[in-house]
Amino acid sequence: MNGRPGPVQVRAEVVATSRAGAYHRLTVAAPEIAARALPGQFIALAVGGPDSALLLQRAFAIHRAALEGPQGGALTGGTVEVVYAVHGRGTAWLADRVAGDSLDVVGPLGQGFTLPETSRPCTLVGGGYGSAPLFPLAAALRAGGCPVDLVLGAASADRLFGAAAASRVADEVRVTTEDGSAGERGRVTDVLPDVLRRSAAGAVYACGPMGMLAAVSAISTAYGLPSQCAVEESMACGIGVCMTCVLPVRGDDGMTRMVRSCVEGPVFAGDRVRWADVGTVPVGTVGTVGTVGVGTVGAVPALRVVAG
Amino acid sequence: MSGVSAPEVDLTTHLAGVELTNPVLTASGCAAAGRELHQFFDVGQLGAVVTKSVMLYPRAGRPTPRMAETASGMLNSIGLQGPGIDAFCRHDLPWLVERGARAVVSIAGHTTGEYAELARRLRAAGGVTAVEANISCPNVEHRGEVFACDPTAAANVVAAVRRETAPDVPVFAKLSPDVTDIVTVARACIDAGADGLSLINTLLGMAIDTRTMRPVLAAGTGGLSGPAIRPVAVRCIYQVHAALPGVPIVGMGGVTTGVDALELILAGACAVSVGTATFADPSAPMRVLVELRQALAERGVRRVADIVGAAHRPADEPGLGEPAPSTLPAERRVGRP
Repeated sequence: MNGRPGPVQVRAEVVATSRAGAYHRLTVAAPEIAARALPGQFIALAVGGPDSALLLQRAFAIHRAALEGPQGGALTGGTVEVVYAVHGRGTAWLADRVAGDSLDVVGPLGQGFTLPETSRPCTLVGGGYGSAPLFPLAAALRAGGCPVDLVLGAASADRLFGAAAASRVADEVRVTTEDGSAGERGRVTDVLPDVLRRSAAGAVYACGPMGMLAAVSAISTAYGLPSQCAVEESMACGIGVCMTCVLPVRGDDGMTRMVRSCVEGPVFAGDRVRWADVGTVPVGTVGTVGTVGVGTVGAVPALRVVAG
Repeated sequence: MSGVSAPEVDLTTHLAGVELTNPVLTASGCAAAGRELHQFFDVGQLGAVVTKSVMLYPRAGRPTPRMAETASGMLNSIGLQGPGIDAFCRHDLPWLVERGARAVVSIAGHTTGEYAELARRLRAAGGVTAVEANISCPNVEHRGEVFACDPTAAANVVAAVRRETAPDVPVFAKLSPDVTDIVTVARACIDAGADGLSLINTLLGMAIDTRTMRPVLAAGTGGLSGPAIRPVAVRCIYQVHAALPGVPIVGMGGVTTGVDALELILAGACAVSVGTATFADPSAPMRVLVELRQALAERGVRRVADIVGAAHRPADEPGLGEPAPSTLPAERRVGRP
């Protein structure tokens, strides 16, 4: 909707599945999606089959979009790979798919990472399988002449994703686990200041749990660095119609709005997201009682704000 | 029962005097204002786009989590997040009109006065195919705002909206299934001037996370939608059509396939909205349209209008599959002459 080709919906054949520690990899043949995908964008998959009791899309960040075809000629093929954890029945169903099965896939969706206009060292921080979209980002950054530091963290070694392959896409790699079963014991945020100093980082990119993103964003801001954070909010549709995946984000005008992480995100400037208020509708958000343009005709009870 | 090919099926339907090329619509709150779905199919090809309920002012909605997946259904507690009527009339309505889409605009207010003001602004804006008064959103701060739970409150809103809406633009009232007798509320709305009814809104539901032992939704309760509620929709449409056979009904509730849409039509709906199915399949409204056409052809139905409410006919009435519009009693016909 911003000049680039929009998403497509395709019936895509599963071409490969594999395990990656605690996670699953899924590769589907989807040339149109692969051709359009940018680092940080995601795909949405329907799960459970045609008579499924599971009605909502499962959204996954794109880990790899590979094109196959003669140079300059027609596209002959292309694949999209995602990484996911089995959280419930939908992802358990997905984990049972085998090569040759077909899936309903929509993508690429959302706003991807923005690359720096001039080359500079970039630090990429991934928590758990949140590191998946950082691999194509790292490749794009290095192609643009940016040195890349990759920081990967997880609770334990089996919950790290991509640690073995990291040195192929990054100049420097730091790994942390909370239990010390791989890399340094601790969290990504324990080593991040050191990485930022050593690399003379000019930009920070992150994907992972909300708490990690909040901390990475705060550290980046403290170091005077812009951060781009890819959030993982619970979504029903992935395309912007259901309004379930909203979070409070400050706009250019300083006003906070409840914005859709699927369409306006999933990548946000870290200093714009009101991390501490995620799960609430903060007082003063556009569209709450008392804000500009919101009056009442008759009595309106105070908005109920519940911490999520 | 055969001899009808899919392209031959006449899908024309009428919403209280307004002709639609086909009876498949989006459902309010499941298609925003059409833009997002237009990436996947031409929304102008649908019978109409029913837009997300718009309020007088911008609205932030409820805290998250706003959604919970349940068996064959989902709960939502969006809380009518939206841009407000002025932004809607500036940005969304003209966009639909430019694409040749018929816009059924859903409105929601806290008070009868707000509904009236919304209708006035829509009349000034123009380009509206029909107005749907959403008097049954369960995600409001208190049940007193669910006008559709009280026949008198429902009638007051409907009368106000009807008064402020151009005479050639039909007003539909969207009703809640969460009432003891939906026919009473339906009749009150029709007596107050509603040209038709939208049946049904979500059912008020709740899910509890057995791990955290807390409600899943930040708001506690939410509206249940999806195939889980389709039998409730069929029942409501059937009851209202039986009591008010001349009243056009837009049916919605768990429609995922063309055959589902057919079921609601047989119960008495002259048009059908596709809602929650759109979340897993953004092409769902267009797919349902194609499937409905096919389902009608397979059953030898030449005109969809002929089978609106067909489930009410005596079991021994012959020739359902034959093109026999003249055998339909006039009072079962849909829409105005």
